[in-house]
Formats: sequence, structure tokens, C-alpha cells
Amino acid sequence: MAAVAAGAVLLYGIVTFNRLVALRTRVDNGWSQIDVQLRRRYDLIPNLVETVRGYAAHERELFERVAEARARAIDARGVAHQAQAEDQVTRGVRRLLAVAEAYPELRASAQFLALQEELTATESKIAYARQFYNDQVMRLNTLIGSFPSSLVARLFGFAPRDFFDIEEPVRGPVGVDL
Amino acid sequence: MYEQIAANRRRSVLLIAGAVLLLAAVGWAVGAWLGSGPAGLVAATIVAGLMAVGSYRYGDRVVLASARAREVSPEEEPRLHNIVEGLAIAAGIPKPRVYVIPERAPNAFATGRDPAHASVAVTRGLLETMNRVELEGVVAHELAHVVDRDVLVGTIVATLVGAVVLLSELFLRASLWGGSGGRRRGGEPLALLAIPFLLLAPLAAQVVRFAVSRQREFLADAQGALLTRYPPGLASALRKIAGARDVPMRASHAATAHLWLSQPSRFEGERTGWLERLFSTHPPIEERIRRLEEM
Repeated sequence: MAAVAAGAVLLYGIVTFNRLVALRTRVDNGWSQIDVQLRRRYDLIPNLVETVRGYAAHERELFERVAEARARAIDARGVAHQAQAEDQVTRGVRRLLAVAEAYPELRASAQFLALQEELTATESKIAYARQFYNDQVMRLNTLIGSFPSSLVARLFGFAPRDFFDIEEPVRGPVGVDL
Repeated sequence: MYEQIAANRRRSVLLIAGAVLLLAAVGWAVGAWLGSGPAGLVAATIVAGLMAVGSYRYGDRVVLASARAREVSPEEEPRLHNIVEGLAIAAGIPKPRVYVIPERAPNAFATGRDPAHASVAVTRGLLETMNRVELEGVVAHELAHVVDRDVLVGTIVATLVGAVVLLSELFLRASLWGGSGGRRRGGEPLALLAIPFLLLAPLAAQVVRFAVSRQREFLADAQGALLTRYPPGLASALRKIAGARDVPMRASHAATAHLWLSQPSRFEGERTGWLERLFSTHPPIEERIRRLEEM
């Protein structure tokens, strides 16, 4: 009887441990997906700035702020800091694209259109990667937080992860701080 | 939304179980009629199993070729490739291969035995009529089929149904030719029931097959909406597709109807009668839109 109970506990421990490991791998995988897309965006921004500069040279202050935001985001460490820095980059890119709207020739140029598609697509890939990452973090944190899997998690030192949160632009009017 | 997904899954499992039971019943009926061992059943099952493995491994190539789908590069179709890649990231699967079909009717399908061997094909008409949000809704629906391994489910169901049909027909033919009648055990009333049952079994099997297909469509709608987090995208796309229902598709035939996003039309007009619904691979498009709007 005791042997059966011990066996059941051991089996539960093994299954839970494997689920924890699988989820942790998915979280890491999700994070690297975000990272790939963020890097893609870092690469696209200088191109966009150069393209817009050709038509709207006087927006120098905006160009500098975008470049600064990009540099800060590249240097950011940790999920929370990264999310905050990327928020600024996103606003900068949106602002650049909005400025471009005022220049019909720029808006019609093939180079700009291709950049716009690339940036829009990268933005949505970042959003999707974030969604996948946050889903996996939620599942991992739920497993770590709920009983009795929390015992297994504590025994093997599984820690909850941070969500990749950014301020949703729909929450209110976006401050023009760029 | 999560409840819809769970309920759809349960119904699919029940339907597959129903198909298995039907096959078992047919096997029993044949055995009861012949009064002999299950040799015929075993042979038919092995043949059906081999055919299933073949279609599971090579089916995607056949299907893509029969739809005259052509693989496109990211340079040719940047928007489509970007959408597929983004949603693959959201679903946590490798990016599928991307195909375009030269057809005016807006439609799409996904194939491939697992997420690592998946392909998504859309028609030229779909690319031309849909905006980005709608295209995302459609591609998300197709990727949901990939994530759910619907090709596997479809293969299992088609095999079971095929085995039922094959067995019933073989047996009915054999008994009509009169060979086995004499070997029937006299005085067993159950054996008399076997003949009408074997006549009806193929029909029942097809009904189960179509029911599975319809359930998987609802499931993919719900899961696709979960991927994009925006059910109105697919709803709007389905509305456009419903509007273009009269555009016929040349590259489709009954054998591949269940694969497509919406059932390809071969003739004009609405299909609403209960008998037609029983033999449809897809739920009515209005019903799908209604469920998406409720999410």
C-alpha cells in the first residue's frame, strides 16, 4: 500500500517535472523569437530614417530621438526594461511613418512602400511573438503557482518568469513625447 | 472561446470513436453472415492501413499538384509570406511552405502530416479580394488545421470510412454472386440483420466523415481566432467568400472538398436542406460567421 502511494507520488513528480522543463523551453524559445524580430526591426530603422530624411530633412529632432530609442533598446537587459525600451521604439517608428504620410512623393516611392510592408510585418511579428511568449509564461507561472505542482517547482528551483508587457496604445491618447 | 475549442475537440473524439465502432460492427456483420473467421476483415484492414500510410506521407504533394498550386518566394508575395510567418510564430510552429493557386474564387487550404511538413495554399482570388486583417484570419484558420494535425485526423477518418465502404461492398457483391449463401448458419436471426446493415453502413460512414469535417472547421475557426485575437477578421473574410460563392473553382473536386477553407462551389445556389447539410464537408458559412461574432 505504502509502496503504491510512494510510486504514485514519484510518478506525479516525474510528470510534473517534465511539464515544467517543456514549458521553460517554450518560454525560452518564445523569448528568442521576440529577440529575432526586435533585431530585424533594429536593422530596418536606419533605412527608414534615411529614406524619410531624403524628403523631410527638417525633422532632425525626430530622427535623433528614434536613433536614441533604438540604441537604448539594443542596450536594454531584462524583460521589463526591454519591453519599456521597445515601447519607445514602436512609437518612434509610428511617428516616422506618420510624418511620411505628409509627403506624397515619399509615400509613393517603391523603396518606402517596401520598407513600410517590412516594418508593418515586423511589428505584427513582434506582437505575435510576444503573444506566444506571454501565453507560455502564463502557463509556466500557473503551474509553478498552483498546488501541488508548486512543490515540485520549488524542489527543482523553477522560478516564475516576467511577462513581456508593453503599454497598449488603445488605453488612451498616446502622448506625443517624441 | 476556450470552451468552444474544448467542446469541439470532445465532439471530434466522439465522432472518430463512432467511426471505429461502425467499422467493428461491419466486421461483426460480415463475420455473422459468413459464419467464418475474421480473415476477410483482417485483410481489408491491412490494405486500408497501407493506403492510409501512403496518403499520410505523400498526400500533401498529390493534393497540391491536383490544385495546380505553385510555391511562391518571399520576394514574389511579401505580404502573404509575412502573414504566414507571423502567425506561425504566434502558433509556435515552424513556418509552413507557401503556395498560390491560379483560381479566381477566394479560397485556401492547408496540408502536410505535421507542423514540420506543412504547406499553406491560397488562391489568387483570395489575395486579390482580402485586406491584411482578413488574410490573417484566413491563414490563422489554416494554421489551426496544421496545429491540430487535422491531416492526421482526416486520414484516420477517411481510412475508417474507406474500410467500412470497402468491406460492405466486397461482401455484398460476393453474396450477390451467391457463393457464400450456403455456408450461412441456419437459424441465426442476427445474420439476417447483417444484409440491411451492410447496405446502410457505407452511408452512415460517409455521414460520420462529413460530421468530423464540419467539427474540425468550427474548431479551426475558433483556434484561428485565438491566434489573431481578432475574430472579426475571419468573419469578414468569410462574408466576402460567401459573396463570391457563385465563382466556380476548376481545380477542386469532391475528393478534396473537405480541405478547403470554404466548400468549393460546383453549381449556383444555397445549400440549406437538412439532407444537404448532412452531406456537407463544411458547416454553413452563415453559422460560422455567427459563431465568430459571438466570441
